[in-house]
Amino acid sequence: MNNTSPDNSNVADSLPVIARETTATRLRNFWSDYCESRVALIALFIIVVLTIGAFGAPWLVPQDPYDLSLLEWSDAFLPPGEVGSGGYTLLLGTDNAGRDMLSAILYGLRTSFVIGLSAGVLALTVGIIVGLSAAYFGGRLEALLMRIVDLQLSMPAILLALVLVAMLGQGVPQIILALVVAQYAYFARTTHGAASVERRKDYIEAARSTPLPTRRIMFRHLLPNVLPPLIVVATVQVASAISLEATLSFLGVGLPLTEPSLGSLISNGFKYIHAGRYWLSIYPGIFLMITVVAINLVGDQVRTVLDPRNSR
Amino acid sequence: MSAALDVSGLTTRFDTRGGSVTAVNDVSFSVESGRILGLVGESGSGKSVTGFSIMGLVDEPGQVVAGSVTVDGVDLRSLSDDDMRKMRGSRLAMVFQDPMMTLNPVLRIGDQMAMAVRVHRKMPRRDALEESRKALEIVGIPSPAERLKAYPHQLSGGMRQRVAIAMALLHRPSVIIADEPTTALDVSIQGQILAEVRRLADDIGTAIVWVTHDLAVVSSLADDICVMYAGRIVERGTAEQVIGNPRHPYTQGLLDSIPARQEPGGHLPQIPGSTPQLSRLPSGCPFRPRCSRATEQCKSEPPIDSRDGQIVLCHHPLEGS
Amino acid sequence: MFGYLIGRLAQAVVVVFAMSIIVFVGVYAIGNPIDVMIDPGATQEIRENLIRQYGLDQPLWRQYFTFVSNIFQGDFGRSMVYNISVTSLVFSRLPATVELVLVSVVIATLIGIPAGLYAGYKPKSPGAKLIMALSVLGFSVPTFWIGMLLIMGFAVELGWLPSGGRGEVARFLWFDTSLATSNGWSHVIMPAINLSLFKMGLLIRLTRAGMVEAMGAEYVRFARAQGLPDRQIVFSHILRNISIPIVTVFGLELGSTLAFAVVTETVFNWPGVGKLIIDSILQLDRPVMVSYLVMVVVLFVMINLIVDLVYARLDPRVRLKGGA
Repeated sequence: MNNTSPDNSNVADSLPVIARETTATRLRNFWSDYCESRVALIALFIIVVLTIGAFGAPWLVPQDPYDLSLLEWSDAFLPPGEVGSGGYTLLLGTDNAGRDMLSAILYGLRTSFVIGLSAGVLALTVGIIVGLSAAYFGGRLEALLMRIVDLQLSMPAILLALVLVAMLGQGVPQIILALVVAQYAYFARTTHGAASVERRKDYIEAARSTPLPTRRIMFRHLLPNVLPPLIVVATVQVASAISLEATLSFLGVGLPLTEPSLGSLISNGFKYIHAGRYWLSIYPGIFLMITVVAINLVGDQVRTVLDPRNSR
Repeated sequence: MSAALDVSGLTTRFDTRGGSVTAVNDVSFSVESGRILGLVGESGSGKSVTGFSIMGLVDEPGQVVAGSVTVDGVDLRSLSDDDMRKMRGSRLAMVFQDPMMTLNPVLRIGDQMAMAVRVHRKMPRRDALEESRKALEIVGIPSPAERLKAYPHQLSGGMRQRVAIAMALLHRPSVIIADEPTTALDVSIQGQILAEVRRLADDIGTAIVWVTHDLAVVSSLADDICVMYAGRIVERGTAEQVIGNPRHPYTQGLLDSIPARQEPGGHLPQIPGSTPQLSRLPSGCPFRPRCSRATEQCKSEPPIDSRDGQIVLCHHPLEGS
Repeated sequence: MFGYLIGRLAQAVVVVFAMSIIVFVGVYAIGNPIDVMIDPGATQEIRENLIRQYGLDQPLWRQYFTFVSNIFQGDFGRSMVYNISVTSLVFSRLPATVELVLVSVVIATLIGIPAGLYAGYKPKSPGAKLIMALSVLGFSVPTFWIGMLLIMGFAVELGWLPSGGRGEVARFLWFDTSLATSNGWSHVIMPAINLSLFKMGLLIRLTRAGMVEAMGAEYVRFARAQGLPDRQIVFSHILRNISIPIVTVFGLELGSTLAFAVVTETVFNWPGVGKLIIDSILQLDRPVMVSYLVMVVVLFVMINLIVDLVYARLDPRVRLKGGA
């Protein structure tokens, strides 16, 4: 387009360029661009509601699903809408142990969020350090680090996580660690890619020629410029971490049912689908699906907004 | 001789979020068979969009909104999409600016040419390749049979542009639109291609519209010249008229800024200011803010002034010699 | 071209070697398989005999050395659970996985590429938007959950398809496949669709992105100027161009299909290698785990190599650079 009809592209170029925008205006512009997609706005709203539901679970739901003393065998397998021994309506039914599904799901959602977010943040941190170091120092270190990263990227994350969990054992910290090892490579690759481009620009050369400490140049000068692509990757990776954890738990190597995440709830319910007790697995599954899809939709829109090709 | 290409009142508009822009504004000209028309203007003047409008290939959100384009007496804008497609390549061909980009990098030259042959004439692939070989020969490509087996990246820029010209010639079209075909090439190759094109126009009798920003190029090549500014044709006439006796101050300015026409070491005149944005044109004559002859009068639409077939859109045309 | 091939092969060998060490050490850090194998009441003597029999009393580097030299003789060790050689165990499971992956790749390609082409050809049409929305679902919703929904819908509620297992197999050439019987097909179709969804979503996105980019390319405009119909431009010009990134990514993803087969096979109780590795992890069957992982590494390295070579075949510019 640009090459063939200069007349057209010049129209866009003609808009005045604002040389320096304050952070506040940048955020405001970002937000107004973001709001252009109604779907993305709804997705964000859903995430907010789910987050409140998950972290406010102890105050919102009628039952603590971890507290075995509260469970009654007579309540097992009650379909949605029934009233159990607790005296309240079980909106989503109960499971094989008489657990209120809604309570279990919100608690499970919390576990999933905690795992997804901590894995995402840790992987982001490790990835940034690896990627920035490789890009900044270059040479052999860069070659070695990026070779390892590439190799890891060619392997599916699920396989890597599976093996790691098998080695480390079950439990929340183990799962998070496995997810971080499986996912940091995406961040490292993105950071390295963006930082390598930035590094060749004059302002980094200029900063390097001053007696500023290396760490400062890396984090104060290089990092802010590689953040936009990282934000996009981070959103997608949090969704992916939640989904990976659920998959691992479903496969039986993730979290035990005593510490329910959405995955282990689905896995438990899966045993009963042939008996027509669909609510044990379908409701946690719906929550999982909505969570993951909503995060991905938000990530998609952030990508669109941050894409320099779309800038106006 | 009748005109092979007749463009009348052609207007193309781009409706974007930021507003509507008229990139081609009431453009009229005609070219007879065997003649070359130079369509000259700075980038952003609408000359390329004019070419694409004639071809019916304006990209979204652009749209031809008024005027007519006639090739061999056929009104193109009244044709269905499919009939228009059949005109393209057969009666009406185009050569693009950047030979590095116009050929598909992953297909052999021969495959691309044979495809272009067979889309308009049913024939076995072998015959189509033979046609292609002949076309390459015509544009002066050495050992054309081997070139057919080559991929575009194995050819130099000049060679690729010759291939593109050969492809335009495959069906002996009545009209060829050449959109700055030599701009991306070295000067020496540019000269060769210009000579080649001149010869082809004479031999085959094709009407050529040569779109360029370079007045020096067309002055040696074209029979007629149209000068475009901000989407309009501001001056039109034979090459001798426009080059030898320019009447629009803009044409005069363009001619003055050709280094070869000035004394070595002397001061090189420039047109002050820069090409206006089409979205914010001044009222009346769009050249007004940059023109040394501008007066209050120029805030109204400039009149058409015609003398010996040389047409100029100006309140105060130069009287010349 | 030959020098290029040798260089790539050497790289591949180094990678496989390094990975085999990591996998070996990693897997041998897991628990004690003897505890899993023998009943807790067994005497110390039986226990020590077993440890010696499996070579577990040796230092780790010696165990690794034995493992590697055995591999070169085609011996991947014995499964501690099934007590048969790992090689024959894996190969008995392999046809099931291969046929599943094959069918799913075919499904993903047949639907994903045309859908992606359409979505890129008319990006603003409602059809394109629907396709893109579905593709987001395709690779963001976890595979196992979709698989479960399929079972609930088509097996439990509608009763049209079996909920799991491989069904009848028949001999085709030199191996047994369920693709040779209609009962087998009824078993394979649901897991194959399940496995294909992620890949399909990816293919749609890739194809669409390539298509959108190509539609704005000069060579497409030039092809239009020659009077080529859109259909021919898409299938003769664009498809060839965008096939390069598609083949690359798709080839690389072939390996991850095998990995995702782990999930699909578990959901549909499909007796392939994916199910085998899950079982071996749960039962601490070390030789199976190590062998499977080493095989996967070899497979990945091979896929990478093949993709590079196919890439060179499709893109004449790379061929030149590689020193053809």
